[in-house]
Amino acid sequence: MNTPCRKAFTEKLLELAQKDKTIMAVATDSRGSVTLNDFAQLLPEQFVEVGIAEQNAVGIGSGIASCGKTVFVCSPSPFLSGRSYEQVKIDAVYNQRNVKLVGVSGGVSYGTLGFSHHSLQDISVLRTLPGLTVLVPCDAVQTKALTCYMAETEGPMYMRMGRNAVEQVYSENETFTVGKAKQLCDGTDLTLLAMGELVWPCKEAARLLAREGIYARVLDMFSIKPFDTEAVVNAAKETRRLVTVEEHSILGGLGGAVCEVTAQHYPVPVKVIGAPDGHIVAGESPEVFQYYGWTPQGIADKVKDWISRIH
Amino acid sequence: MEVEALKKKAAEIRRQAIKMVYQAQTGHIGGTLSSIDYLTVLYYEKMHFDAKNPQWPLRDRFILSKGHCVEGYFSILADCGFFPKEELDTFCQFNTRLIGHPDRCVPGVEMNTGSLGHGLSGACGTALACKLDDTNCRIYTLLGDGELAEGSVWEALMFAGNYHLDNLYAAIDRNHLQISGKTEEIMTLEPLQQKCEAFGFATEVIDGNDISSILAALERLEHISGKPKMLLLDTVKGKGVSFMEHAVKWHHGSLTKEQYEQAMMNLAEKESVL
Ligand SMILES: [Mg+2]
Repeated sequence: MNTPCRKAFTEKLLELAQKDKTIMAVATDSRGSVTLNDFAQLLPEQFVEVGIAEQNAVGIGSGIASCGKTVFVCSPSPFLSGRSYEQVKIDAVYNQRNVKLVGVSGGVSYGTLGFSHHSLQDISVLRTLPGLTVLVPCDAVQTKALTCYMAETEGPMYMRMGRNAVEQVYSENETFTVGKAKQLCDGTDLTLLAMGELVWPCKEAARLLAREGIYARVLDMFSIKPFDTEAVVNAAKETRRLVTVEEHSILGGLGGAVCEVTAQHYPVPVKVIGAPDGHIVAGESPEVFQYYGWTPQGIADKVKDWISRIH
Repeated sequence: MEVEALKKKAAEIRRQAIKMVYQAQTGHIGGTLSSIDYLTVLYYEKMHFDAKNPQWPLRDRFILSKGHCVEGYFSILADCGFFPKEELDTFCQFNTRLIGHPDRCVPGVEMNTGSLGHGLSGACGTALACKLDDTNCRIYTLLGDGELAEGSVWEALMFAGNYHLDNLYAAIDRNHLQISGKTEEIMTLEPLQQKCEAFGFATEVIDGNDISSILAALERLEHISGKPKMLLLDTVKGKGVSFMEHAVKWHHGSLTKEQYEQAMMNLAEKESVL
């Protein structure tokens, strides 16, 4: 069954907060967009509405966390990562508060609403903050597991999710280790490294490529920070070519992280697939995905073309 | 502490702050001197804390939102026993933990600040959590007047009023100066009291360099429930050192040996007539 990650997140958060009264949710007039209405109704004493004020939301959340609470600040990711960047840097990260920043509608979820509503720089700006865990789940199963991890583990974190219902990549009860990539299939010719909504298309692209005799390893890089350097180096050594695929700018995101590792530890050719550093076409996110080739066929075609040119 | 003892303590803290700025050859001395009387009242009369157990959950909290005015704050924390006084000599020296802004690695510091416009949100969140936990803790924070141009301050003011945070005691060091000149010439702040009232605060406008006035104003505010509190501290930037008073150039600066000696003499003269 296809479930949007945000729905999986709020269901799990509600379940955890019913058991643990120190869990709080802070919203920025975002209870609808995050699907926090049930939480607000059922646990009003654990729900704090801040209004459309993302800077204040992170500051307030960090203040609440200073009193021993686990605070989930939930807001659309373009605003949470952009408007409140300095509050994330200072109030949450520098102060080492137990604040979980949950960005919904990441990437081009709001594809028709323009550049203001796209969140295509969030990973690049946030992954450089020291001590901030950065997670990008790809399906409902992983989202629930990471929500539990955030609730149980001390420290500031950012989790980015899309708005759409996504294909289920993992079976129920699959486990994840933050800091460790998840290998979805093995291959010898190249490795596809993906995060978030583009994990499933990569898995399918690997199947298409296999039909043509190209065997791709697929790694789900849901843990952007801490980053699984070892998995990247092993992929470079064993498959010799890396292709990163992300619903994010081609600058400084997953592609950047992979290149930082390979350039320093085991240089191999890397192809970065993502959003161009420029105008983003308007459209519902499936249309935008189609346009940029963020589909199984689109990814397979880009890989074939690239491989033929780097031989 | 009695009023006279508090005045003497404030004078002692001023001397220590001047010494730190002189030794380090750097520091935000003007706003430090304007705010020391208020900090002295908080730490030596009003706040409940345990310097040997800085994380005591039922402590009152103070957040220095105008984080650059840290010299008096560190001097007070050391004097209250949060860390050894000798460490004050490392202020702004290589590899010190006493950097030019509050940092939680220093015992007693509640929030890392530096960039302006952050402290009030942190104080509001802390105040809300303390109310949710049914504690009687009071949350104090001090903002600069120049700082009020930061939009995040007004988001937090709105929040405090909306949630009726009557355990929140915000104060503004209204010394009418900021780094480039007079606040009203840089960005109009007045009518400040009416603005705070409009956001739902109970307010007091007082001489912020007068210990008795500060004590009396806090006393009046403590009797008000259902509203966050705001003290508009009418202060003099550089207070206590004649050549620094009202002088914008002493927002930040270093002292020559002659200036240092003159400043210390000045403070000693004022203290002798207390
Ligand atoms: Mg000022």
